[in-house]
Amino acid sequence: MDLHFGDSKPSDEERAAVDALLGPPESSWEGADRSDADLRWARGGRAARDRRDLLLPGLHAVNDRIGWISEGALDYLCRRLTVPPAEAYGVATFYSMFAVKPRPATVLHVCTDLACASAGAAELCAGVEARLGPGSGVGVERGPCLGLCERAPAALAVRAGDPVRTAVSAPATVEAAVLAASAPDSAPEEPSAALAVPQAGQDGLVLLRRVGVVDPASLDDYRAHGGYAALRRAFELGPAEVIREVTDAGLVGRGGAAFPTGRKWQATASRPDRPHHLVCNADESEPGTFKDRVIMEGDPYALVESMTIAAYAVGAHQGYLYLRGEYPRALERMSHAIEQARARGLLGDDVLGQGYAFDIEIRRGAGAYICGEETALFNSIEGYRGEPRSKPPFPVEKGLFGRPTAENNVETLVNVLPVLTMGAQAYAAIGTAKSTGPKLFCVSGSVDRPGVYELPFGATLGELLELAGVRERLRAVLLGGAAGGFVRPDERDIPLTFEGTRQAGTTLGSGVVMAFDDTVPLPRLLLRIAEFFRDESCGQCVPCRVGTVRQEEALHRIVARTGAAAADDIALLREVGRAMRDASICGLGQSAWNAVESAIDRLGAYE
Amino acid sequence: MTAIPLGVPRRLVEFTVDGQEARVPEGSTILDACRAAGKDVPTLCQGDTLTPKNACRVCVVEVEGARTLVPACSRGAEPGMEVRTDTERARHSRRLVLELLASSVDLSTTPKAAGWIKEYEAKPDRFGPDAARLNEEPKVDNDLYVRDYDKCILCYKCVDACGDQWQNTFAISVVGRGFDARIAVEHDAPLTDSACVYCGNCVEVCPTGALSFKSEFDMRAAGTWDESAQTETTTVCAYCGVGCNLTLHVQDNEIVKVTSPHDNPVTHGNLCIKGRFGYQHVQNRD
Ligand code: SF4
Ligand code: SF4
Ligand code: SF4
Ligand code: FES
Ligand code: FES
Repeated sequence: MDLHFGDSKPSDEERAAVDALLGPPESSWEGADRSDADLRWARGGRAARDRRDLLLPGLHAVNDRIGWISEGALDYLCRRLTVPPAEAYGVATFYSMFAVKPRPATVLHVCTDLACASAGAAELCAGVEARLGPGSGVGVERGPCLGLCERAPAALAVRAGDPVRTAVSAPATVEAAVLAASAPDSAPEEPSAALAVPQAGQDGLVLLRRVGVVDPASLDDYRAHGGYAALRRAFELGPAEVIREVTDAGLVGRGGAAFPTGRKWQATASRPDRPHHLVCNADESEPGTFKDRVIMEGDPYALVESMTIAAYAVGAHQGYLYLRGEYPRALERMSHAIEQARARGLLGDDVLGQGYAFDIEIRRGAGAYICGEETALFNSIEGYRGEPRSKPPFPVEKGLFGRPTAENNVETLVNVLPVLTMGAQAYAAIGTAKSTGPKLFCVSGSVDRPGVYELPFGATLGELLELAGVRERLRAVLLGGAAGGFVRPDERDIPLTFEGTRQAGTTLGSGVVMAFDDTVPLPRLLLRIAEFFRDESCGQCVPCRVGTVRQEEALHRIVARTGAAAADDIALLREVGRAMRDASICGLGQSAWNAVESAIDRLGAYE
Repeated sequence: MTAIPLGVPRRLVEFTVDGQEARVPEGSTILDACRAAGKDVPTLCQGDTLTPKNACRVCVVEVEGARTLVPACSRGAEPGMEVRTDTERARHSRRLVLELLASSVDLSTTPKAAGWIKEYEAKPDRFGPDAARLNEEPKVDNDLYVRDYDKCILCYKCVDACGDQWQNTFAISVVGRGFDARIAVEHDAPLTDSACVYCGNCVEVCPTGALSFKSEFDMRAAGTWDESAQTETTTVCAYCGVGCNLTLHVQDNEIVKVTSPHDNPVTHGNLCIKGRFGYQHVQNRD
């Protein structure tokens, strides 16, 4: 490989930020001063290249410290890791949280997505921009869902430095958001995670039973509330029996694809090549989704324990927790939980004294919805652009670092705890025959008590809306987030199961339920959805890269039109949408037309 | 390729293409099988010596049982597969892909594009006059080749050719994302500030003319480029002892560009800067 580094030099601070992650450079080959020994040997090369996966953490390190990534900093990082600068530049420009041009050290991310839009995000942005104009030292960036939809509208302030400071403001007023950005250290504490769980403390909860009940910082408290019973049972059973329990329980993936978890684990466990990996997808970026955040903030040890069980079952000794870049508190709580578990022998070389080695590394995403797609997530961890790979081969064969990998999202994994503590039979008795167990729903929008709800599969949409306090004059419900579909307010009988929603011609997706009353202009919502997909398309394949642009253009043209005046463009949308669904590489392009189509067909959006 | 790999004999995979029985060696793609069976499937991002990124999606076919269409260029043929190359559904996606591409980039120098647009009755204009286009100015920053990304379909071939599949120089990459994704060197710098060694291998694989010899670019601008008046002569490069094959493209007794045969077992189409661009001395007639 010919590596060519320009002559831009890192500043001392940029160098320090990179060295804090990678340790000091050893030779001039990777940026240290030249020593006599350097004349005789070269360092870097293959050994450094094997650390390519530190590229994303390295970019974070610089971006966190300086606020943006300069040429000198990028080149220095590339030298340390033997990564070609062109590739690293391609990676840095892929993520929306990174900047490769100078920008203010403090950035205020203001959500303009669906729940926030209907809670006044536009006024919030305008107000904030008026107060934090040029010269304020704060950059205001409008962006997609921050995963705080139950407290919409939401804003997240990030101030670069050592350490980086963050502050969340939600529900945000102009005052509070400006305060968070101008003094992140003195901004008020976020409310407890339990406030996102209106059912907190109620009897009968399975997945959410500890949220708001245990101290998320205390491992002892977790154990006092039944923690680590499931892992003990797993060790008693052995890996094959754990997989059998999970299979018998009928657990399927909660991320939207509804693939049987036991089958995925079995397929990974049985591959002869080693090592196997476990990846927990905590990159929930579906607009309207925040359940993973609430679990990680409210019951972090539950995720540590369930990742340990999953890894044990599939024969992995290393687990990666790919955590959304926009979740500072979840990051802090998970890091703390992992450290505590390690200190107490629940992670490390000898988990629970059972001679089984497992550890978890956290990898932070950097603002890319597409990285929630499992293969894009692998590329992202490996230090490549977060572009989906084409399948086959499937991750169970060739996943992270080309090895057999089991990838599950947070909700799926925490379901493993009750599967093991209750036993497969009792677990499978919850819900319906085809959709077993409890399910989490993220309810937001025009309801009185937005938040994460837990219901057995099979409850109806109406029951859920009732719980959340649906308001008068409901106009539409979006199921499954931007990639899901709209249903009419009178379709409250739809059972919330995979098969029930499918039968009703819609999808459960990841469990998003967003309610909109008739004050929310539907065409604007659809436009926002189109804008979201256009922004988040990775750009790899033509149907999605160009199709999402054409979709947004057509929706702009008809935003105020109806009937015959909109008919041409609706026909065009259908044609483009069909090709996107049929010919795109991954689920993003394949589902980018779902919500709009459902709004036209079910809600009569432009009639 | 004319190079005959002396591997273990491969088993044959049996499946059907448009109802016809097809047998191809294990490891073949659906496209290989279609071509062997005489079916015409359009391709853009597929290349004969690179692993396709399957990004353009113009080669999609229908595979029985698959939820979505499947890219023929990269999906391996599996026993028992039932492939249909010319269904209404596949044609629809191909037509739309052609429309989406032609409405956003300049396909005027993409071989076969005009023919496919006609064949599939694609109407790129129907997205209206305000449809977003790339609108890139040609980047002329060196004397050897021009990057005109207004013609770029983001097939990733140049990136793969510059990177681990051919050249191992890694001078270029895809940067940005979505519709704003572009091919660029680090920091969006001019090519002359990058790691580029001017092997021209990226020019060799570019399917659209987005990358072209400066000579070709200038002649096109002057209106003197005339492929029909060109002859091609394959010879051996005289610079060093490796023996790379060069194909000289000659118009009016002047070498106007140099390519390299992809079926050459030694180079597979790769050259270095000397073989690719060092031809002026031959025609220095003072
Ligand atoms: S469908 Fe969209 S997000 Fe998925 S690979 Fe294609 S361009 Fe990327
Ligand atoms: S000319 Fe060669 S080195 Fe330069 S960008 Fe093209 S392939 Fe890479
Ligand atoms: S410049 Fe040419 S080879 Fe490179 S991506 Fe664009 S079209 Fe493909
Ligand atoms: S935080 Fe704004 S929509 Fe989710
Ligand atoms: S030729 Fe197959 S996807 Fe481009």
